[in-house]
Amino acid sequence: MAKVPVQFTLNGSEKAEFIDSGTTLLQALRDKIGDTSPKGGCHQGTCGACSVIIDGELRLSCLTLAETCDGAVISTTSGLSESGVLHPLQRAFLDTFATQCGFCTPGMIMAAKVLLDHTPNPSRDEVVEALSGNICRCTGYEPIIQAVLTAARANSQNAA
Amino acid sequence: MALALQTFATVKDANAALKAQGTRYLGGGTLVVRAANEGDVSVSGLIRSTEPSLSTIAVAGGKARVGASVTMAAIAGHPELGTLAKAARAVGGPAIRNMATVGGNLFAPAPYGDFAVALLALDATVGTDGGETPIETFLANRDGSRAVVTSVSFTLPKADSFRFLKVSRVKPKGVSVLSIAGALELSSDGTVTSARIALGCMADRPMRARAAEKALIGRKLTADGIAPALAAAGDGTSPITDPIASAWYRAEVLPVHLGRLLLA
Repeated sequence: MAKVPVQFTLNGSEKAEFIDSGTTLLQALRDKIGDTSPKGGCHQGTCGACSVIIDGELRLSCLTLAETCDGAVISTTSGLSESGVLHPLQRAFLDTFATQCGFCTPGMIMAAKVLLDHTPNPSRDEVVEALSGNICRCTGYEPIIQAVLTAARANSQNAA
Repeated sequence: MALALQTFATVKDANAALKAQGTRYLGGGTLVVRAANEGDVSVSGLIRSTEPSLSTIAVAGGKARVGASVTMAAIAGHPELGTLAKAARAVGGPAIRNMATVGGNLFAPAPYGDFAVALLALDATVGTDGGETPIETFLANRDGSRAVVTSVSFTLPKADSFRFLKVSRVKPKGVSVLSIAGALELSSDGTVTSARIALGCMADRPMRARAAEKALIGRKLTADGIAPALAAAGDGTSPITDPIASAWYRAEVLPVHLGRLLLA
């Protein structure tokens, strides 16, 4: 089958690949580009482990075909830290022990990032709603909710 | 088997391409890419159209036309579709709502398709290049549908005449035990003058609760007034059994939740 060209911006870097038509964005990111931060969990749109931000919106990379992302701006968790300094969400997840096995963490952090980008000081209910498409089997969710609230407080203190 | 995606600028060209065997239309991907990921080898080619009208919402004269590619998130955030926001937000988590489309929801098998339940209660029409079809007829024949759905159109309900309820075990978001949408008109003394009630998960696709609708006419929305409608709520239903709930359970709790919706 003929390869299809696809170009997009991933975490600030231009990427251009030839992929098989029908390749999911998750496959393209992990197997072609080498960004393994989005995880393949259920491949059914249920677990949220593959969540990435495409053009400012949270999407599931396992259900998105890579060729539909031509020209898009994509963010994943691997692009969050700057010069070795963790993003406030990453720092808060570590500090509140919100990671445990860590498999859901990149998806959780992407869902939380979209929330904080639009709602810098969310209520607890808003955090719960923002994470409602992401499943965690370790933490019982409470440390994750606390991590997002902690990161939001850290952001607002830095902004003040 | 790898999927081949073909993108067309017009719905007309997409419709022509869909005549090929093994092709399915790609909306938001939450149904067909999911099916492919699960190993559905009946799909070998995906077709999509980027025609702009598929992504527009037009509200005028009390009527709405929503393009089939409009997402649940776009409906939930639209200032003039506020009465439908609850039904749109009932679909999936935030990422799913950014992807799942109105057109796709019409094809979602139970226990999915909560938004289509709302559209059924609104007596929407489904548009294709071939014309408009009443949603009830469309849903009945959807398994054989090959034409690209271009839009759904409906009369905007008054805020107090439309009600929607989704019941799920996981909060705040979970797969439906059942969903109910009701479009009710009341006279000035509170008597029901017209009622359309649609049910999700009570068959393999959204269905009308006609016996309950009939039993509501001329009654008031009180515990006594709605009792005949609750008794008739299960008429004609054939609930699904899945890991969320058994058919027996769904049948048992339907009158309870219909009562809560009507008395709310």
